[in-house]
Amino acid sequence: MKIIKTDVAVIGAGGAGLRAAIEVARTHPDLEVALISKVYPMRSHTVAAEGGAAGVAQDHDTFDNHFNDTVSGGDWLCEQDVVDFFVKAAPKELTQLEHWGCPWSRRPDGSVNVRRFGGMKIERTWFAADKSGFHILHTLFQTSIQYPTIKRFDEHFVLDLIVEDGQVKGVLALDIAAGEAKLIQAKSVIIATGGAGRIYRFNTNGGIVTGDGMALAYRHGVPLRDMEFVQYHPTGLPGTGILMTEGCRGEGGILTNKDGYRYLQDYGLGPETPVGEPKNKYMELGPRDRLSQCFWQEAQLGRTVEGPNGDYVYLDLTHLGKEFLHERLPFICELAKAYVGVDPVKEPIPVRPTVHYTMGGIETDGRCATSIKGLYAAGECSSVGLHGANRLGSNSLTEITVFGQVAGEEAAKNALEISHGDSQGLLDQAQASLAKYQAIKEFDGDEKVADIRRELGLTMEEGVGIYRTEEAMQATIDKLAELKDRYKRINLKDDSEVFNTEWLYAVELGYLIDVAQAMAHSAILRKESRGSHQRIDGFEKRDDENYLKHSLAFYQGDAQPKIDYSTVTITKSKPAERVYGAAADQQEADKKAADKLSAEEK
Amino acid sequence: MAEIMKMSILRYRPETDEKPVWQSYDVPYNHETSILDALGYIKDELDPTLSYRWSCRMAICGSCGMMVNGQPKLGCKAFLRDYAGGELKLEALANFPIERDLVVDMSDFIAKLESIKPYIITQEPRSLDDGCTTQTPKQMEQYKQFSMCINCGLCYAACPQYGLDNKFTGPAALALIHRYNNDTRDQGKAERMKFINEEAGVWGCTFVGNCSVVCPKGVDPAAAIQLGKVESAKDYVIQMFKPGE
Ligand SMILES: Cc1cc2nc3c(=O)[nH]c(=O)nc-3n(C[C@H](O)[C@H](O)[C@H](O)COP(=O)(O)OP(=O)(O)OC[C@H]3O[C@@H](n4cnc5c(N)ncnc54)[C@H](O)[C@@H]3O)c2cc1C
Ligand code: SF4
Ligand code: FES
Repeated sequence: MKIIKTDVAVIGAGGAGLRAAIEVARTHPDLEVALISKVYPMRSHTVAAEGGAAGVAQDHDTFDNHFNDTVSGGDWLCEQDVVDFFVKAAPKELTQLEHWGCPWSRRPDGSVNVRRFGGMKIERTWFAADKSGFHILHTLFQTSIQYPTIKRFDEHFVLDLIVEDGQVKGVLALDIAAGEAKLIQAKSVIIATGGAGRIYRFNTNGGIVTGDGMALAYRHGVPLRDMEFVQYHPTGLPGTGILMTEGCRGEGGILTNKDGYRYLQDYGLGPETPVGEPKNKYMELGPRDRLSQCFWQEAQLGRTVEGPNGDYVYLDLTHLGKEFLHERLPFICELAKAYVGVDPVKEPIPVRPTVHYTMGGIETDGRCATSIKGLYAAGECSSVGLHGANRLGSNSLTEITVFGQVAGEEAAKNALEISHGDSQGLLDQAQASLAKYQAIKEFDGDEKVADIRRELGLTMEEGVGIYRTEEAMQATIDKLAELKDRYKRINLKDDSEVFNTEWLYAVELGYLIDVAQAMAHSAILRKESRGSHQRIDGFEKRDDENYLKHSLAFYQGDAQPKIDYSTVTITKSKPAERVYGAAADQQEADKKAADKLSAEEK
Repeated sequence: MAEIMKMSILRYRPETDEKPVWQSYDVPYNHETSILDALGYIKDELDPTLSYRWSCRMAICGSCGMMVNGQPKLGCKAFLRDYAGGELKLEALANFPIERDLVVDMSDFIAKLESIKPYIITQEPRSLDDGCTTQTPKQMEQYKQFSMCINCGLCYAACPQYGLDNKFTGPAALALIHRYNNDTRDQGKAERMKFINEEAGVWGCTFVGNCSVVCPKGVDPAAAIQLGKVESAKDYVIQMFKPGE
């Protein structure tokens, strides 16, 4: 097996991985970076992000506002010191992207424009029409090209981490086209492999979003934190799950049920705001977890529309007019036309909730370090403590750049302190690991990868979906154990070494099942409702006394994962009731009055 | 009920096939089935050995370019309904070497994108303390369209010039030069002019215009190339009168 020595290995060339690689190259031209990705960088799923990236941009906005929106949006499960760092770094990083050429949408005077987004009190979402992720990703990719120290390993699939004596020493990567495995020996390794939405059947994620990095770290003993928190986006296209960005509602789109009624006002998000006058944190601009839950409630009441691909409601943009829609939401118009045959200028778009984002991930500290020395994680695969129990839309595009930068900085620092050890032990490890993965091709049995993947998606939707009960979660847990067992009997037909996607899909399926187990087991033990984790079996309330803590899932091989807990860092925002609409204004008024009273007393 | 479409795919497995061979599959479809969905059906239900690239399934990642009845298309944005009553023939993207089945070797294309300095170049580094650069919507219009390229390679598959001689820089990379040269934040035009002027640059194009016809994102690389020719001609005149060079 070929050995390649480098200083920093970055797994994943999406937004987080590219930003990390650039940081190392920019600040330490003496360090070499291996940037490894199973697809060409611009295919990474950051490319699909539409709406935009949050960062304080207006004079009447403050870091405190962004902090409070994020912490209450996360139902107080956020690491508040991390959020504090994040909101301050956000505008700098978004400005950095601007300097690198990102075509942020502008106001007539040439300054950067911002749009409304769900759960954000003041407009602070920077956007590039409705292709924000596409432009961020291409900007970062193209910017990275100027650094000769970034050596790319495109279409290289990372099969394993190489760890020795509690310290990461490199990765095992497979050149997909050549079928050749390589040991990439590194002093620091950054995991930036994105989310795991493909665990579920209906999702907004690309085919490559299979939780690889989460599974790799998990299998090496790093805990996955807060995995029960899976975000459903309220507006995906029925059937495909393709996303209709929250920006649609930010720009004034409304949601109606089969009677044309704006049902959100029945669920504590009102009073109804006039059509064409969106109001931050009211109605359609409530947070995602709430809106997805409202859909479920409407479906129970029989007020959604029945369709061949499941129930749906309407996302109505028709009042916004052709010119505005073509300027602000051109991609949405293109997608709706192509995939459901609807022109949003003329007709409302059918939408339903669809799995979108994993709030949890590889546990890191506020500087992206994991429990293994030299191993860092950034982006959607990580749990740095930003999102808590529910991510606010447009916080994660900012996250990938803010924490991509941090991960790069820390990984470089670590690499400077370390020198390469002997390769032989690592090579033996890599060879043994490769043999294990190659053995999948020889499994004895007649199970099909596609069947197991399909059943996985279904059972996760049933047990660990928008609303959860002990009974359904237990059924999913049992099913996952069954699937994990059947996985050992999958039968692969393709024995080629060149671009063998059947085998790689099987490897990915193994990752998906492990990560799904972490989700289901974390979920069943959280006997409360918080953010995206909502129970309807007697635990409908948030329980700060027992569950104001992070869950940690530890891998146990064939046995079920072990779940432990850790404390949540609270600095300046004490847990309060999480309210939106008029109730939020009332809460704020009450708080101001109380603050004033206590100030007067002093 | 679903209709059935006969799909023929040009298969090539370098370890066993001497040359590419056609293989046919019967695929059920409805109004919403894309070619990518149909490939997924084949892979899951009929023949797991078929290889092709895909990810986003929403026409933005640029992975799934292929020849559909001889035309370069994105598999996720072409629908079986549009070929109803006929037959579908799928092949790997033209003008690229086949790696396996529908997967082509993209390395030359990627190398071309990398070669033309596709990033903002400034004389003095900008400080974050200065905040964002001002750029009016009108200034952005000058390059915005050319920044929409998803690097799918369809234009290279459609370009007869690239097919004849792959030294030609080609449509997407030339459009990318134009994108940066016309960005008010950039000062690297002089460095990039040589990529436009050289033989393999804009002058390699014989203006067939197929690239713009097949582009799924409205980038219009042919227009970028025409504008590049104008720039290049001007640049030539300027160079002639520059003293001492
Ligand atoms: C449709 C959609 C719209 C969104 N819109 C928004 C939005 O408007 N605002 C917002 O803030 N957020 C949005 N998000 C969320 C946000 O886009 C993502 O969380 C973020 O882009 C993830 O970036 P990343 O760098 O962590 O991972 P990705 O961009 O997913 O990159 C992962 C990388 O890891 C590589 N990789 C994975 N596994 C392996 C392996 N085994 N070996 C080698 N390489 C591997 C992949 O090739 C890829 O390069 C959206 C998400 C989706 C799905
Ligand atoms: S210019 Fe168009 S056809 Fe060519 S690579 Fe870019 S998006 Fe594809
Ligand atoms: S799958 Fe991404 S462009 Fe077709």
